[in-house]
Amino acid sequence: MIPLSWYLIFAAILFCIGLYGVLVRKNAIAILMGIELMLNSININLIAFWRYRSPDGIAGQAFAIIVFAVAAAEVAVGLALIISIYRRRSSVVADDMNMLKW
Amino acid sequence: MNFLSDPVNFIANWLGNLLLGWGMSQSVVNVILTFIGAFLVGVFGFSLVIFTIWLERKLYGRIQDRLGPNRVGPWGVFQTFPDMIKIFTKEYITPIGADKVAYNLAPILSVSAVLLVWAVIPFAQTIVGTDVNVGVLYLVAVGGIGALGIILAGWSSNNKYSLLGAFRAVAQIISYEIPMVLALLVPVLLGRSMGVNSLVNAQSVWFVIMSPIAALIFFTSSMAETGRAPFDLLEAESELVAGYQTEYSGLKFGMFYVGEFLHAFTISALTATLFLGGWRGPWAEQIPILGVAWLFIKTFIVYFVVVLIRISMPRLRIDQMLNFNWKFLTPVALILLISTAIVDKLFFIYIPGFQIMDSLIPWIRAGVHLLMNIIIVLITVQILKSYRITASRVVAQPRPVAVAPEPPASVIS
Amino acid sequence: MTLEQIAFIIVAIVTLVAGISVVTSRNLIHSALWLILTLFGIAIYYVFLNAGFFAVIQVIVYIGAIAILFIFASMLTRRVMQDTGPQTNSNWWLGALISLLLFAGIILIFVNWQGFTTSAPDLANSSGQISQLGLALVSPDQYLLPFELASILLVAGMIGAIFVAGEKKQ
Repeated sequence: MIPLSWYLIFAAILFCIGLYGVLVRKNAIAILMGIELMLNSININLIAFWRYRSPDGIAGQAFAIIVFAVAAAEVAVGLALIISIYRRRSSVVADDMNMLKW
Repeated sequence: MNFLSDPVNFIANWLGNLLLGWGMSQSVVNVILTFIGAFLVGVFGFSLVIFTIWLERKLYGRIQDRLGPNRVGPWGVFQTFPDMIKIFTKEYITPIGADKVAYNLAPILSVSAVLLVWAVIPFAQTIVGTDVNVGVLYLVAVGGIGALGIILAGWSSNNKYSLLGAFRAVAQIISYEIPMVLALLVPVLLGRSMGVNSLVNAQSVWFVIMSPIAALIFFTSSMAETGRAPFDLLEAESELVAGYQTEYSGLKFGMFYVGEFLHAFTISALTATLFLGGWRGPWAEQIPILGVAWLFIKTFIVYFVVVLIRISMPRLRIDQMLNFNWKFLTPVALILLISTAIVDKLFFIYIPGFQIMDSLIPWIRAGVHLLMNIIIVLITVQILKSYRITASRVVAQPRPVAVAPEPPASVIS
Repeated sequence: MTLEQIAFIIVAIVTLVAGISVVTSRNLIHSALWLILTLFGIAIYYVFLNAGFFAVIQVIVYIGAIAILFIFASMLTRRVMQDTGPQTNSNWWLGALISLLLFAGIILIFVNWQGFTTSAPDLANSSGQISQLGLALVSPDQYLLPFELASILLVAGMIGAIFVAGEKKQ
């Protein structure tokens, strides 16, 4: 049998890989990919907790569905913003988008 | 269980006992049996293509008043085998600068997206690959994988025309997924389950009678998903050379070709399963082999209609296609879904008020849904009529007549 | 080591290697392909956790829509097919350090939690799950409000994305 700890450790590793991607990559689209990895690890955590702690309730599954919807909306808007910025500035490198700073 | 009533489990048990007798543990035996089952489903899918390619070419020829293949074997039945040998032995030409991983992965994804569908189609009450209780959603999921294969094919060919073809193809595929999903939800509503075998079991009245609009919308958008005419902009052979498949040769192109034919047959099987009652027919519950026969009869009838439409209709332009999807199919599918839900709910609220025999209730329900569909069709036709382009009638107008100019006064004496 | 545990470890290794390749790959399209493999591994985990519905939703939403969006965006925002230059910014060691510290912190909190090594309780019935989820999402005393808010968020996201990325009419 697979104890709950295995799922939690796996989700933690995936979350930290996603965090590394967000902090370190230059390309804005690659940063969004890191965010997607983090959201997926959160979903695994939610479903694992639902399965192991309260499989009769439905709270974990409902939460996970809402996270799916939020992730989809966020990727759509984020990529639309990146494409719009690319049209104006011809660059998607996150370091180049610094017009608001002095 | 005997062989006649439950053939797959009978054979699986016999094989499992044989393997257990050889000294393997139960879980390993289960894994081996699952792999054998999956392999058989795949081989079955591919061997169907050999027959359907010949069938399509023969029909093409006959409708175009020619004979079709008729040399290799009786009526040209074995024509596909020489074609297969020819495609196997062609050279693989990979364009320079092509992304090797994506280039080789794309035909695999395209074909597997179609083969995976055969895992959930029930051939009889007890012959089904795997009875997932979310079978309908599974169909939508593997449709998305097909779109992925196309975009990878177009991008990795290092050819801007392939890329443009892939963009148009993916735009078409993901646009037509929406009415397909909405039309798939109507049998789910009527059958109260998402598993495909449960939906076939719930079709005491065929769903095509209960909701013909849903059947038509599903059929049309599935044909657009496949890239069949009149929606065959994906590989318009006379326009884009071969669209996103241009840079593929040999067996890789053969896999795209096989994938497309198998997809056309698969959507015929899906329409027959979900809307025409699948394996249901006289004596199908007692003898599963007869259920397989019923399913294939219905599938071939639908496939005949698919080929007929392909042969006889001209190609649509991309803007006509997308307009048809977003401005006609999607609103009609949404309205159909909402009205089906409302009518079904109202039906089950009001039906205990009447004293009717229990065996008549499915037919009355079918009649009510059919009536609702007819009302929607009439309203839609009325709305479409108001968009008719009325040419203004040209009543007699004085037509300008060419008149010779007056000669200058000095010429006339 | 039962067969299930071996399968779990194999899927874990494949998914984590794919995840690392997502954040370290030079070519953005290759990153998107590795992301698809990672998402597929997560879908397999949903099947392990008896949440088959979520596995199919993961394939539809993430692989069939979001990953294709990523591939499209990568194609639309690059000049040449190849990527040149380093793809990490100059603070990569700090990012790695923060990730490792966060992982260590999470594991520290979990080890001191008494529910860390429980085994899976048996499921009562797995057939009524989807209808139970559907009823929960539309019942006013359960999760109707988050459901409606999520739908408003999706509509707002759709309108915003179309407006932001649409071509301005000249």
